Amino acid sequence: MSNEATLHSQQEVMHGAGAHDHHDHEHHDSFISKYVFSMDHKMIAKQFLITGIIWAIIGAFFSVLFRLQLGYPDATFPWLESILGHWAKGGRITPEAYYALVTMHGTILVFFVLTAGLSGTFSNLLIPLQVGARDMASPFMNCLSYWFFFLASMVMMASLFVQTGPASGGWTMYPPLSALGDASIGSKIGVDLWLTSMALFVVSQLLGGLNYISTILNMRTKGMSMTKMPLTIWSFFFTAVLGVLSFPVLLSGFILLLMDRHAGTSFYLSDIFIAGKALANEGGSAILYQHLFWFLGHPEVYIIILPAMGMVSEVLAISSRKPIFGYLAMIGSLFAICILAFLVWAHHMFVTGLNPFLGAFFVLLTLLIAVPSAIKVFNWITTIWKGNIRFTPASLFSIGFVSTFISGGLTGIWLGNSSIDIHLHDTYFVIAHFHIVMGVSAFFGMFAGIYHWFPKMYGRFMNNTLGYIHFWVTLIGAYLIFWPMHYEGMAGMPRRYFDYSTWASFNQFEGLNQFISFVVILVFATQLLFVFNFFYSIFKGRKMTTQNPWKATSLEWTTPIHAGHGNWPGEIPEVHRWAYDYSKDGRDFIPQTEPLGPNESAH
Amino acid sequence: MDTAVTAKKKWWAGGYSPFNVNYGKLMMWYFLLSDAFTFGALLISYGTIRFSSPSWPDPNEVFKSFPGMGHANLPLMFVSLMTFILIMSSVTMVLAVHAGHHRDRKAVAKWLAWTIVGGIAFLSCQAWEWTHLYHEGAWWGRNPFANVDGTVASTNFTNFFFTITGFHGLHVTSGVVLNIVILINVLKGTYDDRGHYEMVEKVGLYWHFVDLVWVFVFTCFYLL
Repeated sequence: MSNEATLHSQQEVMHGAGAHDHHDHEHHDSFISKYVFSMDHKMIAKQFLITGIIWAIIGAFFSVLFRLQLGYPDATFPWLESILGHWAKGGRITPEAYYALVTMHGTILVFFVLTAGLSGTFSNLLIPLQVGARDMASPFMNCLSYWFFFLASMVMMASLFVQTGPASGGWTMYPPLSALGDASIGSKIGVDLWLTSMALFVVSQLLGGLNYISTILNMRTKGMSMTKMPLTIWSFFFTAVLGVLSFPVLLSGFILLLMDRHAGTSFYLSDIFIAGKALANEGGSAILYQHLFWFLGHPEVYIIILPAMGMVSEVLAISSRKPIFGYLAMIGSLFAICILAFLVWAHHMFVTGLNPFLGAFFVLLTLLIAVPSAIKVFNWITTIWKGNIRFTPASLFSIGFVSTFISGGLTGIWLGNSSIDIHLHDTYFVIAHFHIVMGVSAFFGMFAGIYHWFPKMYGRFMNNTLGYIHFWVTLIGAYLIFWPMHYEGMAGMPRRYFDYSTWASFNQFEGLNQFISFVVILVFATQLLFVFNFFYSIFKGRKMTTQNPWKATSLEWTTPIHAGHGNWPGEIPEVHRWAYDYSKDGRDFIPQTEPLGPNESAH
Repeated sequence: MDTAVTAKKKWWAGGYSPFNVNYGKLMMWYFLLSDAFTFGALLISYGTIRFSSPSWPDPNEVFKSFPGMGHANLPLMFVSLMTFILIMSSVTMVLAVHAGHHRDRKAVAKWLAWTIVGGIAFLSCQAWEWTHLYHEGAWWGRNPFANVDGTVASTNFTNFFFTITGFHGLHVTSGVVLNIVILINVLKGTYDDRGHYEMVEKVGLYWHFVDLVWVFVFTCFYLL
């Protein structure tokens, strides 16, 4: 009883607060409280997105730089020296710079762009709008979440400019290389800054994730049962659960690593020689770090891909004017992926000395992921099957997502087998696999989301023609870049090497490497076109004239074009049906807010 | 009566919290789950390294001192006292939460104050123990204690001990700070104005969690 009363009064408080916020918005929002330390989830989403875009440009530019080295190992580019200084003496990237660039490319893209930039943006934007809430459960923690991310970004950015350069032991930061400052120039203060930045990042993820989970569970509007939610919300929910449970383990791993670096401990260190001198460290295990890292690291790839899956599901249903096929199967497979995500980490460690008997179980569990993944793929295809598809840039990117997810996912079945992995591990095959299935696919989901929800964010549309150019060049370019890498990998070409030209076995790939690098530059330029489109459209894009331009059923399109803080000017609408009533009973779409008709059955 | 209400109401249909709690408490539970993974990872790391070591120091030999008792052999006596203090502070926290349900401001303040005293006492004990071990030559990267089989031990015994008890001590410290903040609010009457003492419940959850973690830390380092 007392609980009941508490909850009821809390809801009144919430509603009151919402109305009050709205009131606030109209009267005394200063620049600082509106654009900088904003507590409006929509503004925080834009902050995450724009910070993510800036990081994406930097991270992708780094890949252009190291692809220059890989494609044209003998050429010199004097302009490199003018931007990189002694890291590119004489216009050629030094090996140290090369390793710093690959490390930072991985770190930036995996964490800062595809984790914070992706789920940070769209969880923030869509959760309150699609479940029917005034804002996140705790707007203040939400604001803190962004600013911790910003701090993490600043520290990581600073690490690019220190004398000894940023961390350069690979984005996985394996000890002993990362634990010993004397091991390489890239293991000095760069690694400390990297670890600090990542610790701040984990805090940001935790604050965000707790908010997403409790908003989804607690703040759904009347009638919005869990099975009436759009799949976007389900995917953000599982993403947040994965983050909340896996990032703390990474943090523990980092604490121990930091101790090994500075407190003289030997958690990860044992029997090491540096420059012919034996170190005193004894009793630690470098493999321990790998277990801790990949316990996050594997869920992390689902943290990256699940939001993209959710948005693609939504966009595909809307643009093919059909209900999503197998709604419950979609939720079930998200759930299955979420569980399996925690049980497969050691497939990243098949060749590190893991007991082969243990490896067999990880093979089995890894291959099991193919089942929910295949269910999702079939459901996407059957959703667009015979649909009256509207080929907007968002829907093209969604279809592109399905394509890359299939072609990248299939190679995952190869790599998931521990015996094949003996041959393929640490080759370009692995690079091709994870870039297609996780990098390109997640980016496609993100692009779909941006093109689709841009009107909701800025009240304007992005330019379609530029969007089509962006899509086709990126799709074809992505395949041209990564497809050949499969062959290089199968031929045994190892990853992470600075120069293959002196290596007789891989000389034959000189032309292919050049070709890949050329396409990389082209695709990078096309992404800049997208960035231009994005920023230009914020100010000059075609204005939105109707609330619901895509004729979608979900709640975010029932808010005003420029929704204030609090989202709905009056009462929050009540929900009566699921989010996928498209082409039902002779009607193009029926919004979630419309009650079921007298002769109508729920889906 | 409660069951009748539950049966009638569709808890998951939106418009209500399905768990009948507000978001703050829900977040605290999820945070604790997350934090459990942090400690879990540290303790499992400890287990991994310990099991892969040929031998390990005997806690009865290491933790046998008591303040003011000189060189008397009192294995685990002091840590038992510490544990007792921390568990008692959990009891006083339960009483504070209970008093909060009755909106008894004075009683809440009293029991919360005792909880803070208990927390500070625990931290002081830990400070003494750390100092004592330090003077015996133990620290991160230094381990004066031999293995139970007489061989020279690796430094990972002390490495893990100081890291994990330190990390737990940090949690106790932040718990004490939170309790102090809440106590000030109680004294100011903030929760009387708000109509409920739920904040006391939330910090209570955290405090019990920190206690629970200690039980595991205690088991892993002192008993096993």
